[in-house]
Amino acid sequence: MSAIARLLRAREAGILVMLVLFVAVVSLIQPRFFSAETLRIVLLAVPLILVAAMGQMMVLVARHVDLSIGSILGFSAIAAGMIFRDYPELPLYVGFAVGVLSGAALGFVNGLVVTIFKLPSIIVTLGTLSLYRGLLFILSGSKQIDPNDIPEPLIRMAQTSPIDIPWIVIIAYAVAFATWLFLTYTQVGRQIYAIGSNPSAAPLRGIRVMPVTILVFTLSGALAGLAGLIYAARFGYVNPGITGVGFEFTVIAAVVIGGVSINGGVGSVLGTVLGVLLLGSVQVALPILGVSGFWQNAIYGGIILIALVIDRTVRQGGLRGLLARGGA
Amino acid sequence: MNSIDKPTPSTTTPTIVVREAAAPRPRWQVLLIRPETVTLVLLVVATIVASRLSPFFADLGFILESSTYYIEFAIVALVLTLVIISGEIDLSPAAQMALSACLFGTAFKAGLPMPVAIGVSLLAGLVMGAFNGFLVTVLRLPSIIVTIGTLILFRGLAQVLAGDKSIGGFPSWFVGIDYRMVGIVPVPVVVFVAASVLLGLFLGITIYGRQIYQIGTSEIAAIHAGIRVRRIKMGLFIASGLVSSIAGLMVASRLGSVRYDLASGAELTMVLIVMLGGTYIFGGRGSILGTFLAAWLLVIIATGMTVANIAINAQLTVMGLLLIVSIIMTNAIYARSQR
Amino acid sequence: MTELKPLVSARGISKSFGGVEVLRNVDLDLMPGEVHALLGENGAGKSTFAKILAGVHRPTRGTIELGGKAVEIGSPIGAQRLGITLIHQEPISFPDLSVAENLVIGQVGGKPLGRVRWAELAKEARRLMGLLNVPIDVTVPMRGLSIADQQMVEIARALASDSRLIIMDEPTAALTPKEVETLFTIVRRLREEGRTIIFISHRLEEVRAICDRVTIFRDGDKIETAETASLTDADIIRRMIGRPVADYLHRGVGHVGAVALSVRGLTLPGRFENISFDVRKGEIVGLGGLVGAGRTDVARAIFGVAPAASGTIEIDGKPAEIREPTDAIARGVAFVSEDRAIAGIFRSLSVETNITAAVPERIAPKGIIRRAVEKALAKESVEKLRIRLATVRQPIGELSGGNQQKAILARWLLAEPDILILDEPTRGIDIGVKAEFYDRIGELAAAGRAILLISSELPELLALSDRILVMSEGKLTADIPRAEASQETIMHAAVPRSGRHTVSGAAA
Repeated sequence: MSAIARLLRAREAGILVMLVLFVAVVSLIQPRFFSAETLRIVLLAVPLILVAAMGQMMVLVARHVDLSIGSILGFSAIAAGMIFRDYPELPLYVGFAVGVLSGAALGFVNGLVVTIFKLPSIIVTLGTLSLYRGLLFILSGSKQIDPNDIPEPLIRMAQTSPIDIPWIVIIAYAVAFATWLFLTYTQVGRQIYAIGSNPSAAPLRGIRVMPVTILVFTLSGALAGLAGLIYAARFGYVNPGITGVGFEFTVIAAVVIGGVSINGGVGSVLGTVLGVLLLGSVQVALPILGVSGFWQNAIYGGIILIALVIDRTVRQGGLRGLLARGGA
Repeated sequence: MNSIDKPTPSTTTPTIVVREAAAPRPRWQVLLIRPETVTLVLLVVATIVASRLSPFFADLGFILESSTYYIEFAIVALVLTLVIISGEIDLSPAAQMALSACLFGTAFKAGLPMPVAIGVSLLAGLVMGAFNGFLVTVLRLPSIIVTIGTLILFRGLAQVLAGDKSIGGFPSWFVGIDYRMVGIVPVPVVVFVAASVLLGLFLGITIYGRQIYQIGTSEIAAIHAGIRVRRIKMGLFIASGLVSSIAGLMVASRLGSVRYDLASGAELTMVLIVMLGGTYIFGGRGSILGTFLAAWLLVIIATGMTVANIAINAQLTVMGLLLIVSIIMTNAIYARSQR
Repeated sequence: MTELKPLVSARGISKSFGGVEVLRNVDLDLMPGEVHALLGENGAGKSTFAKILAGVHRPTRGTIELGGKAVEIGSPIGAQRLGITLIHQEPISFPDLSVAENLVIGQVGGKPLGRVRWAELAKEARRLMGLLNVPIDVTVPMRGLSIADQQMVEIARALASDSRLIIMDEPTAALTPKEVETLFTIVRRLREEGRTIIFISHRLEEVRAICDRVTIFRDGDKIETAETASLTDADIIRRMIGRPVADYLHRGVGHVGAVALSVRGLTLPGRFENISFDVRKGEIVGLGGLVGAGRTDVARAIFGVAPAASGTIEIDGKPAEIREPTDAIARGVAFVSEDRAIAGIFRSLSVETNITAAVPERIAPKGIIRRAVEKALAKESVEKLRIRLATVRQPIGELSGGNQQKAILARWLLAEPDILILDEPTRGIDIGVKAEFYDRIGELAAAGRAILLISSELPELLALSDRILVMSEGKLTADIPRAEASQETIMHAAVPRSGRHTVSGAAA
């Protein structure tokens, strides 16, 4: 099979085409959409989703789902924010460590409950979604972390860096690249695909499903924790009742658009990045097109359903399969 | 349930040549290890503890009055019980409540007479349920993920309809359903009890109820036995949509207004009630009685926490924990009784 | 060979599932450099024994010595560490991973963070597939490979693992003769290298071709271990079934009436094509063929579980459009599926519920279940078919396999069908109960019902059928009258003629 044919078959090609089409159509309607400024806004808007999407992608590839990431994001952001507020003398990385590690710990709990009791992850994480949100209210005493408690250097990370691209953007793509390396070149990375592809065969093939699954949830939690820091940097505050609420749905939408199959075993970093960019473009395009922001969730929901139907229809075929089989 | 997490039958299942039928369990043991029994015990314990802690709980009227918030979700949970027994799940009813209620509000605001506005709302529930059913039974998508998609879609549409404002000003006969009493029992509770009896009978003595259990136990076997699996599941999703719109109207009546975030996050409460009632997350087992008891258990626990001055936000912790503990327990009980 | 120390020494191996013994006190020695056949009917315990050696199951009792040392084989990975590899009967694979990855994933010595070297991986994979003469692109995903190719990948995987003991559980079921020959060449080479091979097969000629010794299992007991050459086929079969073959051949030809079921040009792309045949009233038509030949798919199409894309079905001379099982049932068709555990029983529900599942209108004419009627129907069935149970209220999962199968048959008899499709009706069932089934099937035909019997057990097919159809690679290849039917004529028609299998994913 030639390299080009393989490229065309790839799911990523379909998403790329959708992205290009979307940008083209919006630019035709509203030419000022097609500008460097828009690109900057899109790039700034997505790191939050992108980082968490990498974790969610791995979870979906392993044939699970993590609904608790919004609460984990909130929890980590609050935990880190409290460090910033109550111990302003500590260096910035302590806050990062607290955010990422607390996220990892909560993700670890998800993985533990799912694997030990062999429960459906969707129900378990629906439970921890509520549980972690409750914990973060208790931890924070229902008090917001105010803008003047967020350290200045953290805020600057969302604005600039030595190479003029905001740090959070660099971090997000670095995370994506690291995820790609991990999934493509490590044995445990391949085992995640194997588990999702055929869960009952995995143990017969000597794959240790439980530790790998726990690892996947832990990574998802850690990345949600990192996203919590990005949230604090970008928005300059953390509110227990707002931060991360409904975030899981945005991320799942991005990942599913990115061609990650809910049936496990299928999904790539490139596709997910494209899915996140497409979602980010939609987010940015709405106000430019004069569409009310209230439409955003409805559009996400619609997009998820369409992506599911496409996944069902083409399954493996990529763009060519879509064209060949039409709406079959 | 065509869920992404359902343990697929292992390819290594041995062809077991069983020589003798194992002796059946004693009847008392079968009864005792039913999850509903556990729910009942917990309910009794919770009631005793709560009434010791606060004199409020000795007053039945107080419990009934404070139950109206949860009862709306409990009514939906009754239908959700059937959906889960059939092996599917519906996470979208809370969003369906919001959208149908917002449609009702918008229709009323647009000057339509009340009966028409109510009709619009019910029709919307029907259509939303049918839409879920279509995606699950015709396109054969897993309900667990489909209803997450429709959850976002329905609530998003509610947001489009209502923006971030609340719609109110309904006529006074419509408002305050929770203050209308039959004796000392608020009307929503009466509706809940009536619905429990009806659905309990439906599930328990009709052939459709039987077939719901059969589908949930083994969908493939049900198809092979000539049971109209798709039709029944479609019916259940439509019922779920319809009951959601009824519950949405009850909320609208209780609050006197509707907003897009009505019943926000209530999918957790509904699933929690069903799981607390001992319905098996993988389908095939469960009962309306369990859900009925669980609803009261939740009312006692939630009211108890409120009386004990635990902030509503912190109560989320308990709810999440309860959900996880109840699935673990139910699974453990069924694992013991299953061979 | 006798001076050699055995590689594997199993002593007193027993295994129970849910309190039921499926393997009793088995002793067996396996020599280095021998090919050892495990023989027995389905459910005799040979696969269970093999899976214990491969770490899939743990024995309830008994010890295993490997190379003179007592070992505990706790898991498949543990078995691999000890140098034991199992080639599964149904190839297991990760459909989304490439062929090359499927060859190595989970392999012993892997480090979780160890690097995957894609180029070397592909090179090694090509070398292995070259050994087996299989021209597959190793970089494509497993999804889409035919069952035969998947089986070859599975075999290649065992070669890659450098194991001392390789267990092949019916490796040839889906292979062409040419592929079987390649496999045998490899097996002989492995034997020369001093490795031990356990070969599980139902095909005696294959056992004769490469196995040094055979061990015969029956009902969970080891009956005998002997040099292959010392036993005739009849000896082996007698030990496997516990009584002379002739005992089965008792059915007389009954009265055959008008055509009940007529199938013309039935086609489902990728599964079967252009299938045409008739079944008459009072006739038992056998349908033979290898696993994956498409027999079950045809049955599922007739019953409406997975309808055909084209072709016609006529019932009693009238065209019947069957889009779902309900349509088939309404026209008097019944189907006992081969997969009892998944497509037959409702495991946790009561026996009576299971028995009455296909006749809702009889137990609930107005929608409300009449318990008394239901109980009476169930009890009547239990007596008629002599189902052994404690009470009809018992969950059916507590019954033995044979009694579960009787309950499924009872379910369909309540529906009073004119046409019965039986797919492997006696799989995993006790010998004694099997005989009861044979009698019952004979009675049903004698009562004027048309029966289509799918079976992989040739003696069963030969004993019961008035006529035997054979399928191979999705096509009907023979229609053999009773008088001319023999194991040879059936196998001749069943073995694929084309170079490679075209039917993919069609495990029967």
